This record gives sequence, C-alpha cells and structure tokens, in this order.
Amino acid sequence: MKAQRTHILVCTGTGCVSAGAFDIMEAFQKEIKKHGLEDEIDVVPTGCNGFCENGPLALFEPDGIFYQRLKVQDIPFLVEEHCLKGRPVPILMYVPHREKLPIPAMKNIDFFKYQKLVALRNRGRINPEKIEDYIAFDGYIGLAKALTEMTPDEIIEEVSKSGLRGRGGAGFPTGRKWQICQEQPRTPKYIICNADEGDPGAFMDRSVLEADPHAVIEGMTIGARAIGAEKGFVYVRTEYPLAVERMKKAIKAAEDMGLLGEDILGTGFNFKLSVVRGAGAFVCGEESALIRSVEGKVGRPRQRPPFPAQKGLWGKPTNINNVETWVNVPQIIRKGSEWFASLGTENSKGTKIFSLVGKIVNTGLVEVPMGIKIRDVVFGIGGGILGDRKFKAIQTGGPSGGCLPEELLDLPIDFQSLQSVGSMMGSGGLIVMDEKTCMVDVARYFTNFLAEESCGKCFTCRKGLERMLEILTNICEGRGKEGDVELLTELGLMVKETSMCGLGQTAANPTLSTIRYFRNEYDAHIRDKTCPAGFCKGIITYSILEEKCVGCGACKRVCPAKAVLGDKKEPHKINGEACIKCGACVEACKFDAINVG
Amino acid sequence: MTKLTIDDLKRMRDEAKRTVLLREGTARAKITVFMGTCGITAGAREIMDEVLRLIEKHGVDDVIATSSACAGLCSREPMLAVEYRFSPPVKYVDLDRDKVKKIFESHILKGHPVPEYALGVGSETMG
Repeated sequence: MKAQRTHILVCTGTGCVSAGAFDIMEAFQKEIKKHGLEDEIDVVPTGCNGFCENGPLALFEPDGIFYQRLKVQDIPFLVEEHCLKGRPVPILMYVPHREKLPIPAMKNIDFFKYQKLVALRNRGRINPEKIEDYIAFDGYIGLAKALTEMTPDEIIEEVSKSGLRGRGGAGFPTGRKWQICQEQPRTPKYIICNADEGDPGAFMDRSVLEADPHAVIEGMTIGARAIGAEKGFVYVRTEYPLAVERMKKAIKAAEDMGLLGEDILGTGFNFKLSVVRGAGAFVCGEESALIRSVEGKVGRPRQRPPFPAQKGLWGKPTNINNVETWVNVPQIIRKGSEWFASLGTENSKGTKIFSLVGKIVNTGLVEVPMGIKIRDVVFGIGGGILGDRKFKAIQTGGPSGGCLPEELLDLPIDFQSLQSVGSMMGSGGLIVMDEKTCMVDVARYFTNFLAEESCGKCFTCRKGLERMLEILTNICEGRGKEGDVELLTELGLMVKETSMCGLGQTAANPTLSTIRYFRNEYDAHIRDKTCPAGFCKGIITYSILEEKCVGCGACKRVCPAKAVLGDKKEPHKINGEACIKCGACVEACKFDAINVG
Repeated sequence: MTKLTIDDLKRMRDEAKRTVLLREGTARAKITVFMGTCGITAGAREIMDEVLRLIEKHGVDDVIATSSACAGLCSREPMLAVEYRFSPPVKYVDLDRDKVKKIFESHILKGHPVPEYALGVGSETMG
C-alpha cells in the first residue's frame, strides 16, 4: 500500500450531505489533484460525525485538526494552506460559543471531549462503503471468534454477563431475549434488525447505518449463530434512502468476501440477510407490527404473549433487536463482557447514543456512558441553550417520553432513574426546551403525532388520544375549562392501562409529565387565558409598556397590520383586534417595551 | 472476489495498519517535513517524496509522515524533525536525499539519532 501522509475525512451523513458534503468532497478531490498530491493525500467519505449543527465537516488526520461549516469556495484556500504549506486555517476552525479563539484539535473540543464512543466508534473514521476500512479497525474479528472459539451457549452467556439491554426503548436484557429464542424448538428461526426509528427528532439509528453498516451485519451474524437462525432482515424506514443504499452495498460486499451468506469464513455456518423497507408508519417500529409488515400485511400490533422470541415472523421464533443493540455485540464478543460491564451504572451497562436537538447550541449526535448527568449533556457537551435563554425542560424518549424540569438536571441518565421520574430512555431522543417553549403546546404536539400514528385497533388509544388532543387544543386556543386537567389525567391513565401495545401504553407520557411538572402553565392557559411562554398565538396579547416606550415609532413603521397607534414622542398602543401577533414589533423595538403574554 | 478465511481476515487487518495509524494518530514515531515557502523552494517536496518512498520500501507501518509550515530557520532548509513518542523532537537541517536515507535507516529503523546532520534536540518554548 502506497505510503500516505494525510487523510482528509469528510463527513457524509445525511445531515452534512443535505448541506453539500458531496460537493465539498468533490472540491477536495479536485484541489488535491490540481496540486499533484493524490498519491500522498486521501479524501475519505465517512459516516455522521455527530456535530451536525456545524456541518459540512472535515477532519485532517493524523494532525487531528477539525474544520467546520465548510463551503465549496473555502476548499482551494484550505488545501493550499494546510496541505501544501502546512499551515492550518484558523478561520475555518470551531470557535466555542461566546469565545474568540478557535480550537484546532477535535479532541479538545467540549462536544467531542466528553463523549465515549462504543457503538459509534467508527464514525468519522472509516468509509462505510469500503469493507477494507471496517476490517482495518478489527472488523469481523468478533465474528471469527464467535464462530470458531465459542459455542452458541457461550455467546449468549457473554452477552448476558455484559448487561447489555435493548437500545430500542424498552431496555429488555438482550442476553435473556436471545436465550428465550434459542430454547424454542421450532425452526426455522429468524433475526430482525429494527431500524424503523419513528421518533420525531431521532436519528441515532440512521447515523449508525450510514456510518458503520458492517457492524450491524457482524452483530446480527453473531446473534444468528447464538440463536440458530439462518435468515435475517434489516427493516429500515423508507425515509432513509442513504441508509438503505449503504446497508445494501455493505451486505453485497460482505457476501462477496464470504463474511455473509453460505459457509461464512469457511466454517460451514450459513446466514443470509436482506433489507426490507418500511412504508412510513410510526407503529411499525413496534415489534409485532413490524413483523406483520415484513410478512406483507398491514402493520398492526398483536397481543403478547406469545412474544416474537417464541412465535414471531410467520409464526416462528424471531429475535428482534434495535440497530444500536446489534452494533454493541461484536465488541462485547471481541473485548469481553467485563469491559462492557465496566461502563455505565449498576442497572444500565455500556453507553447510549442520543440525538441532542431543540433549543441547544450544539445540535447533533452524542454517545455517552450511562449514568452521566443530564446537566453535563446539556451544558457540557451541548454547549447550553441557544441565544443564552434559560433552560426550561428536556424531553427524553421521544413521543413516548416525558418532559423533565430544571430541578431534575442532576439526574443520572439510565433506564431506572428516567422511569422513576415519569419519563423513559426510549430510543434516545433528547429534546431541549427553553423559556419560550409552551409546555401545553408540547403535550399537544406529541399527542397529535400519536393520535395520527395510532393503528386504531384499541378503542381507548384511538378515541382516548383523539379526545385528549381536542382538550389540549382547546386549552392552547383559550377555550380551556376548569376540570380539563383532571379529565386529561383520567383519560391519560386509561389509555396507558388499557392499550395493547407500546404506542398506546406510553402515549400519555408527554401529557401526564407536563401536568406533573408544569401544572402552572395549564392553569395559566385555563384560568387566566394567557400563555406564560408567549407562544400560543390564540391567547397571547401584545401590549406596549407605557413606562418603557419613548415614542420612537419603530414598531408602528414595521407593523404589517397597522395595529400600532400613537404620536411621535408619546407612548404608543397596540390595537388588540387588528394585531396579527407576528412579532415584528418586538424585533424592531430597541427599548424592550413590547410585552407578550 | 475471493472468499476470506479467518487468517485472510487477520492478514488484511494487519496490512491495513497504516490506515489505522493515520486515522488514529498514535504512532511509534512521527517525521515532520517542514514545507513552508522557504522549505519548498529549497527542495522540501523531494525530501517528502523520499520519506514516503522509504516508508513504503521498508514496509514501516508504525511511523507517520506529516508536514508543517516554516520552522523559522529558513537558511538551513530543507529540514525535517524526527519525534519519538514521549521524546523531544530532533531537528535535522541542510538535507538532501542521501542524508534523508541515512537518517531514516539510523534513526527510524534502528532508533539511533544521527548527530552530524542534526541541529539540536528539543522544541522552542514560549516565554
């Protein structure tokens, strides 16, 4: 292999691609060729680096220098300076919020410094479409060990000892699930990877599939060996075209090398994998609905027991695990269960990938050890709240999760602790909210989503969510009545206790948790007909504070509805009936004289 | 494409050590060729080519070659520095291809610095 001196690793996860990463790659390749450096310098497309807020991104190794927010016009200068003249370019480096000096080395940037990469260990450093890259970093060695040095029972024991729990949301012990499936006498058995990822704002699974598809293949093959399956399916939602493409390419590459398919690595073990695409239903992330969907039927959950491990796809024993669960497996086999169990907390071993989104400075994908405090994720890694506003709440677990207030910022993140406060781990969404977010509207938003995505089978889920949505909408629009909160609580608990599947069972969480921690907002909407966050257009009013107004007329000039009245140098007034609540006056006023409430 | 055996798999991984090295950044030693304008004018490109050629020729896969800008001592270019992990770097000056070859064979392959070609040991400090 020709000796090279620099690798330029360009992030090509969907986030960066939509910001032009492929154009950036082309520009790099063109410039490198122009200067005759193509033998010494390689431009490598990698999966999602996680720092999505600041894409397109590029990492120059071995120097470890990190460039962000790249534009095609920057590249000729960057290549000339850094590659030819050896001078890194400070203006393209990352500057932390509210600071002046750039941080050149990626390992010194807070966002990256505090993360612990296990499932995402290959992100930003391998080309996902090149199996040789995966192999270079110990790829498929775990599989080799499992096939030649361990019995299926030993594999299951190792996974059980590691303490790995399902990363899809329920957190069921993975080793135990495999055991149950392995003990079933019926054949054939099936393995499924759940990559439906329906939670709004979640993109953990997508990033793993785009960055490291071979890790999923390796994990599933090890699982198939342990359980005794010969066929597997990767169920990817159709809204992830790049993930589908990379997964299919990876499967073909693995098959070509004898790492998948017939007689794997010459051991006589057979395992075939295919990709099945979802069709846009949130409920198909639920395992029994997913199985129905693979069978070609309408995605509707069914009663359990029997569980898929006992009776799943086409009535046969089926083991379903989430993408993130699968990618931890090869490392557990390769490095041992003790290593994995040394990370995390007593009840939650290992790490977890979170998609950190919302009103946060460093939006992106992070992987942290279980047990880290919420505060450290939001303020340490996340860089705090956008616009220096105040933290109000964080929603964990997607639409099935609850909203946690400021008092709980020091809570360690693990399965048990989140559940004990009325939320859940879920698949790993962390939505950060600030003082301008209306918590009643948040409950309404998620209830709306769940009401639409409900399959409709259970009366309470179908009608209960519909009715809850009606009440929440009324409250947001100023038509709330005394007793609404109590009714919402009663309905919520009913939906929770009488729904057949996870969607219904957790659907009330956003509403119930916001009532628990933000009751005052509900009361303000209902009793005072105001929205404390100043969000709900239906009931907020804009008014001018007389003591602050100097009569400059700036608001009057920008008002599109001609709703501002007043003479120069006199305090102005807003005509409530004409006001369309666009907020233009707030932005124009330099004296902070407009009150929204 | 040939189907791999387990030995093939391990061999592929070991042969790809250089890729891993470059992307992980932890090497036994690092060779820095100074390629500021002064360096390039004095012939640093050839020095870099020679370093890369020697790395390939001797099949060395735990040493990184990288470039840096002007080191400040423009009159003694071309220059390079050899830095072993946890040791201060040794700067070599007034280079040509032959000297680079000798430095590589002695310092990189055998671990013995070459005093006759060296300027000094260590880096400048601030303040």
